[in-house]
Amino acid sequence: MRHGKYPFVIGFLFAPVTLYVVFVIAPYAQAFQVSMTNWRGLSAPQWVGFDNYRRLLDDGNFWKAVQHHGVLLLALPLITIAIALFFSFQLNVGGRTVNGQRQGVWGSKFYRVVFFFPQVLAVAIIAVLFQMVYRPNESGLINGVLMKLGFDPVLFLVRPNLALWSIIAVLVWQAVGFYVVLFSAGMASIPGEIYEAAEMDGASRVTLFFRVTLPLLWNTLQVAWVYLGIAAFDAFAIVAVLSVDSGGPDGATTVLANEIYRNAFVYSKYGYASAMGVALFFFTLTFAALTLRLTKRESVEY
Amino acid sequence: MSITPEQPADLSRRNLLRRAAAVGLLATPAVGLLGACATSGSDEKNEPAETGTKSATNPLGVKEDAGLEVVIFNGGYGEKYATDVHEPLYKKAFPKAEVKHQATQAVSTVLQPRFASGNPPEFVNNSGEKLMDYGALVADGQLYDLTELWDAPSVDDPSKKVRDTVVPGTVETGSFNGKPYVLYYVSTVFGIWYSGKLFKENGWAPAKDWSEFTALLDKIKAKGITPYGYAGANAAYYQWNVILTHAAKIGGPDVLKNIDNLEDGAWQQDAVKQAAAAWAEIGAKYVDKSFEGLKHTDVQLRQNQYKLAFYPSGDWLESEQKKDTPAGFEYQLMPVPSLSANDKLPATALRATAAEGYFVSAKSKNPRGGLEYMRQMLSTAGAKGFTEVAKAPTVVTAGSEGYAFPPGVASSQAALRAAGKDVFNMFFDGWYKELDTEARTATNELMFGRINADAFVERVQKRADALKKDSSVTKFKR
Repeated sequence: MRHGKYPFVIGFLFAPVTLYVVFVIAPYAQAFQVSMTNWRGLSAPQWVGFDNYRRLLDDGNFWKAVQHHGVLLLALPLITIAIALFFSFQLNVGGRTVNGQRQGVWGSKFYRVVFFFPQVLAVAIIAVLFQMVYRPNESGLINGVLMKLGFDPVLFLVRPNLALWSIIAVLVWQAVGFYVVLFSAGMASIPGEIYEAAEMDGASRVTLFFRVTLPLLWNTLQVAWVYLGIAAFDAFAIVAVLSVDSGGPDGATTVLANEIYRNAFVYSKYGYASAMGVALFFFTLTFAALTLRLTKRESVEY
Repeated sequence: MSITPEQPADLSRRNLLRRAAAVGLLATPAVGLLGACATSGSDEKNEPAETGTKSATNPLGVKEDAGLEVVIFNGGYGEKYATDVHEPLYKKAFPKAEVKHQATQAVSTVLQPRFASGNPPEFVNNSGEKLMDYGALVADGQLYDLTELWDAPSVDDPSKKVRDTVVPGTVETGSFNGKPYVLYYVSTVFGIWYSGKLFKENGWAPAKDWSEFTALLDKIKAKGITPYGYAGANAAYYQWNVILTHAAKIGGPDVLKNIDNLEDGAWQQDAVKQAAAAWAEIGAKYVDKSFEGLKHTDVQLRQNQYKLAFYPSGDWLESEQKKDTPAGFEYQLMPVPSLSANDKLPATALRATAAEGYFVSAKSKNPRGGLEYMRQMLSTAGAKGFTEVAKAPTVVTAGSEGYAFPPGVASSQAALRAAGKDVFNMFFDGWYKELDTEARTATNELMFGRINADAFVERVQKRADALKKDSSVTKFKR
């Protein structure tokens, strides 16, 4: 067997690596190249050096988008993880102790399924659904009720300072289900004896959560944070379908992917759009590296 | 993806213009190549041998027995208008000519190979989803220059040139950097729409000037109906269209020409500022704030439910809303009211354009026959026949007279006739998509009260300036 090892390995790797290089690595590399040109999709691109990047510096919409990613990066993981942790704690260890085994709250099996529902829906469908939910007149889900009660309608997606948070709410709503499942799996692997011991020492549920569950779940949390951070750099589909005037009002909800899409496919400025893509690439990379570095700490062995 | 309310009519013009942007890119090297051809005296096939003698009945000098191949896009307007109206007209004029008819739904699939092999049909209705790229065709020298057609005497009145029998702007709409290559045949009129029934029941009359307009809006508001509105979520350009139409009426059509040509300070012209200020006030007082979050279909539906009085759009609106319009609704068009007695254009002036493109292949055997076919299309008989079969108004002014259009198109055609020479158009949105985007955003900001008219013109001007400096964007002039 030792003899044929390399041909054997290469034989297996050849097809996937080729596919990966052709369809993933090469387009990445090409984006770097195109970002240095003024290509508009038709005639041969002309080399313009760093012009596109210089233009990025005074592009108001680009910086608005970057700022929104900043907000998303903080808000999306924090809110999602907080809610998901709360739910999964309730679902797994929030209830009574039966036969020495901690249970979830009553009906937790049902909730577990319900929380996962949004994950099953396609993102575009969620965006269309929330168009109905947020609709600013009497036929909207929320405003219909508000107006029946005699209140003024809330212009969720229209008021510039409310629009981004309305979008974040949708992103959180969609993401929570998955992280409830992720954290539940993490919690299930925490040995029951630890809880039992803590309880015997008189720990309350709050103490149990902060002193037992959270530290033992640290690795899972870290993964969740990176996932959500990367999701915060995307958010394209929801913004493109749900927001007013595609990332509006006046760019109040725009994200980088939306600006890239607009520049490439509406303005046919592929060069400039690629420069934005490269910027996004570095933002994402920096984020992932930072997060992994900052959250590095001793994991507890059990 | 956001759904934008693009209508077939609008779409084809827009597509054309977007493609026109391609020409610019291709044109520069192509011009050099053509120049090289010309100097070396090579086979320019623009003027093939098959020409006849010019006469009063044959002003374009068509060879009488030369065959003519006609390719029609079999889409919304069908092919019957060609087989039943235009082709018989041509045969009547040239009985010896053989007209070969072909209809297709995929123009480029059928014709691209024939253009590539140098054997294109004379006359092509290039339209639909699979239309050939106009820009590429122009750049490649495939389209026959239509100047001669427009300058030829018309079929009905030899003392009139063909260009004087069509709606103003028709020639311009089919021109690329000043040269006419495409005949756009179906007329499109823009204005502000209301329900004839609603207005009759309440004893309201459409407004001509600004004080009448605001007084009317007050009356409508008192009735508990939203007086005016457009869809901010995806159709803000319906509203900048109104503002700029208004600006053209205040300051004359050159206001729009300056904007299209990216002249310095074009957006800051007084007329634009005045129009923006006037409409900002309408936005503040008479527009429902929730419309900023609605799509065009929602707002149009509200008008059909008599919850909204005035809605700006083009005359495709009536057929677009056919399903939702209650019986007796009766769409009516009102031109944008004039601002004051000092306006350069009268209250009847409006924006109109043309759609559904036709061209003559420069490298075909009988291009003059193609030109003549167009001349027959543009006769009163040709236009009337088209309208009767395809139920759509053409650019031929006399062709729509006497035909019983549905109420909306009838009113827009009447308005177009009333406008006479005072018809204008604009092109910047098709030429420079980013300026369109900026105008949409700024219009929402203006109409929903977040910025004033000064800030409006300033921010769009800023974008126009940046665009002008951007060397990667091909510029167009008219």
